[in-house]
Amino acid sequence: MYPNDFRYTKDHEWIKVEGDEALVGITDFAQHQLGDIIFVELPAVGKELAARQSLGVVESVKSVSDVYAPVAGVVVAVNEELGTTADLLNKDPHGKGWIVRIKVKDKKALDGLLAAGDYEKLLEGLEH
Amino acid sequence: MKKTRFNELHKRLGGKMIEFVGWEMPVEYSGIIPEHMAVRTKAGLFDVSHMGEVLVTGKDALAYVQWLTPNDAAKLAPGQVQYTALMTPESTFVDDMLVYCIGPEEYFLVVNAANDDKDFAWIAGHTKGFAVKVEHQSDAYSQLALQGPLAEAILQPLTMIDLAGLKSFHWARGKVAGKACLVSRTGYTGEDGFEIYTTDPDPGIIWTKLIETGGPRGLLPIGLGARDTLRLESKLMLYGNDISDKTTVLEADLKWIVKLQKGDFLGKPVIEKQLAGGLTKRLVGFEMIEPGIARPHYPVFYKGQKVAEVASGTFSPLLKKSIGLVYLPIEGTVVGTEFEIEIRGKRIKARVVPTPFYKRPGKK
Repeated sequence: MYPNDFRYTKDHEWIKVEGDEALVGITDFAQHQLGDIIFVELPAVGKELAARQSLGVVESVKSVSDVYAPVAGVVVAVNEELGTTADLLNKDPHGKGWIVRIKVKDKKALDGLLAAGDYEKLLEGLEH
Repeated sequence: MKKTRFNELHKRLGGKMIEFVGWEMPVEYSGIIPEHMAVRTKAGLFDVSHMGEVLVTGKDALAYVQWLTPNDAAKLAPGQVQYTALMTPESTFVDDMLVYCIGPEEYFLVVNAANDDKDFAWIAGHTKGFAVKVEHQSDAYSQLALQGPLAEAILQPLTMIDLAGLKSFHWARGKVAGKACLVSRTGYTGEDGFEIYTTDPDPGIIWTKLIETGGPRGLLPIGLGARDTLRLESKLMLYGNDISDKTTVLEADLKWIVKLQKGDFLGKPVIEKQLAGGLTKRLVGFEMIEPGIARPHYPVFYKGQKVAEVASGTFSPLLKKSIGLVYLPIEGTVVGTEFEIEIRGKRIKARVVPTPFYKRPGKK
């Protein structure tokens, strides 16, 4: 379920490193909690993000949720498709539903994030 | 948290339970959008047992209801229902409510869950000079709402009440799934449908039978999330958002429930003054014309000045756009007027539109 080549945050974001850059999105657990996603507010390309800084907002009918940068970096691309097809986040949260691509400031910061197994354990803990 | 008599049934159906005004209620089962669309195209079943009920009886029951409300309850024959409000002397709202005429000396008032105790205290507290008895009956009642174009077809096999003969805003008594009920052709969705009231202490079978009968036809259980999107598309009021003790009945665009010729009532002098002097603001419907979703309390700017906050706002699953209600200065209430709503620090354009946002086909 949760790809082994991703890293995860406690706030249910995932990050997939590709060289000096990384894709960022929200996890399947997060999309399920939010319900039908109808609107995504994306950051501007070029925006500098600190770790844990809000990079955008995901809205369902009843909720508004910030998406936080897992590590510091600069936004190099945003998923324009989410403008017209916000429910990609529900349908394919780990793939076509990626939110931003960032240039990672310091790859060592990724070591502080959760591996897939640890994230899955976190989710199990939440069920109780 | 208080629990309705259908609580276990919601959990068994996978209802996502939340706390709402002290009650444990389902906010959704399969999702707000599918639930909303089921009510608009087929049918939905809601547990609304958290609503409040107050019975007014006695020689002066009608006179008392007339005093407390702006609409003309004298027009009601037994078997009829009317939408009205509990007014303050300032013509603002204690609550909006339904009045059921049970008999010439018996009126059944149904009020919002959030205001149950407040409304009972108000109704019980103004009886001086009226020969009436006021009973708080909320604890005894369970209530379900069955709404949607298939509502009648789904309910008829479970009751001897002739539903085709039961007109809108009328009620009848009869058994539903073997339990004694009061059934009215009323609702909070803008669709055809019924509200089913029972004091039977074990009413679960009504829910179960409706789900059984309706499920194969597309009936879904509906949570509070879709209840709100449905009522907003139909421009039905939500106390606390659209009406409150700070908004007058005329400002709330509810002139149609005011019948001045019926006699005196709480708030009447202020209404007359507002009719003579004109309003300074009024509740209007809007839609966003740039991307963004307006939600309650977001700041509203008209001609560059902050004039209000969004009263109600959401994403309409049917119309697939962000809609809402807001009190604008009177000159800004013309359809087509553009204004701005501040969403996360950015001013996004919106425009005044006619309401209701949705009217069911065939409805006059």
